[in-house]
Amino acid sequence: MNQPMILIEHVSKYFGNFRALDQVNLSVNAGEVLMIIGPSGSGKSTLLRCINHLEVPDAGRLVVDGILLDNNEAHINAVRAEVGMVFQRFELFPHLTVLENICLAQQKVRRRSRSESEAIGRALLEKVGIPEQAHKHPAQLSGGQQQRVAIARSLAMQPKIMLFDEPTSALDPEMIKEVLDVMLDLARDGMTMVVVSHEMGFARNAAHRVAFMDQGRIVEQGPPETIFVNPRHERTQLFLSRILH
Amino acid sequence: MAVESNQLGAPSERLLSRRRLEQFPWWLLIILSIILFMLVRIIVDPLYRSIFDTIQQGLVTTLSVTAIAFVFSLMFGLILGLGRVSTNPILRNLAITYIEFVRGVPILVLIFTISFALVPMIVRTIGLPNSAISLTTRAIIALVLIYGAYIAEIVRAGIESIGPGQMEAGRSLGMTRRQTMQYVILPQAVRNILPAIGNDLIALLKDSSLISVLGVREITQVSRLSVSTTFRYEETYFILTLFYLSMTLLLSLILQWIQHRVRVRG
Repeated sequence: MNQPMILIEHVSKYFGNFRALDQVNLSVNAGEVLMIIGPSGSGKSTLLRCINHLEVPDAGRLVVDGILLDNNEAHINAVRAEVGMVFQRFELFPHLTVLENICLAQQKVRRRSRSESEAIGRALLEKVGIPEQAHKHPAQLSGGQQQRVAIARSLAMQPKIMLFDEPTSALDPEMIKEVLDVMLDLARDGMTMVVVSHEMGFARNAAHRVAFMDQGRIVEQGPPETIFVNPRHERTQLFLSRILH
Repeated sequence: MAVESNQLGAPSERLLSRRRLEQFPWWLLIILSIILFMLVRIIVDPLYRSIFDTIQQGLVTTLSVTAIAFVFSLMFGLILGLGRVSTNPILRNLAITYIEFVRGVPILVLIFTISFALVPMIVRTIGLPNSAISLTTRAIIALVLIYGAYIAEIVRAGIESIGPGQMEAGRSLGMTRRQTMQYVILPQAVRNILPAIGNDLIALLKDSSLISVLGVREITQVSRLSVSTTFRYEETYFILTLFYLSMTLLLSLILQWIQHRVRVRG
């Protein structure tokens, strides 16, 4: 299958009169790690949220894993089952234990048994390095641990694509690395990833492509070394000079 | 205020004991003393005793009407509240219409309207005699219809107190809106609204006195009937007051204990 994993064509999105996305075109291939950078309000999170239909585009076409995202609820759920999402504020379910967080959607969406989902859950907690926290509640965990649980929760659905919406922005500095390490492992395993983040370490070590967004448009994109070392556009240069002190 | 302390910087014994005095729930002590004083009078004074026994005959009605109305209001309020936050505009507007309607009319008026206008109208439409539904049942129907609307607003606030991120997290895992509501939003919302629901239970217990206007023999009605022959206004209404005060106090202490337990477990 030669078609891209994610195909975005002429997608626009308005919030009232504010144009959040302006005719965006983008495609992501299977196994590719795409990083989206840009100033706040540039539309990067909105674009990411369009991919699993948390935001509904006002115009344009989105095809994810061969499924056209129209307003058909069945299509939307089919796409969401294949697309994992990690949020800035983790969004773990606070009334459930760590293991229950990871098992809930497995049981309700994938219809897995309790024992099967728990086995998968424990294996994933092992993978993200916190098997001993299975029976704690999210509030008892550090931010870094919570975000790793959130990643494990998404992975339990065996998604083909993982979306990361500023996964380290809400973390204390000393916890950023543990989350990035998990993301690096995922990238090495060949996961298709779209990451909204300004973590330069991750960009250098894992990203195949970096897209710079401003005012709802993708201004330029290319391999990380090109974008970071030789950006062509003035706005990209200005932005990078601000974040790469 | 200057902080009294010894050389080590720890608060002095005197300050600590004063804080303990300030923290003590004096209000509870005062109310308990009033209740105790009244109980003693009831025990030693035969007149008080006989009035107490009379009012007591309405206690089962008061408690059962409150309990039954509360259970059904919870169910009705949950359904209305879910309708209130529904994405379906028809459902949502129906729910809002109902809630605003009920909230815009005094409880006493609604009790009359439901018991003497709405219920007879429905009964007639079905083709039953007007006596098919007792006044006690009408009173319960009225309280459920009224409190359902109040509880719906609490349910709505509880659901809205859970940030949109939780719904997004559930949806992005492939769960439907209904599943996310059931397994993620509602369990958290219920915990948040427990205090408000408890307050409504107490309010419902107090408002159950209003159904005395229908002639339902709960404690208020029994007291009114009693004074109409004994003319012992003072004793009767003080004892009636004592009944409500003891019940609401007991209920609020039980509710506080439950909330404490839920919080500790959470």
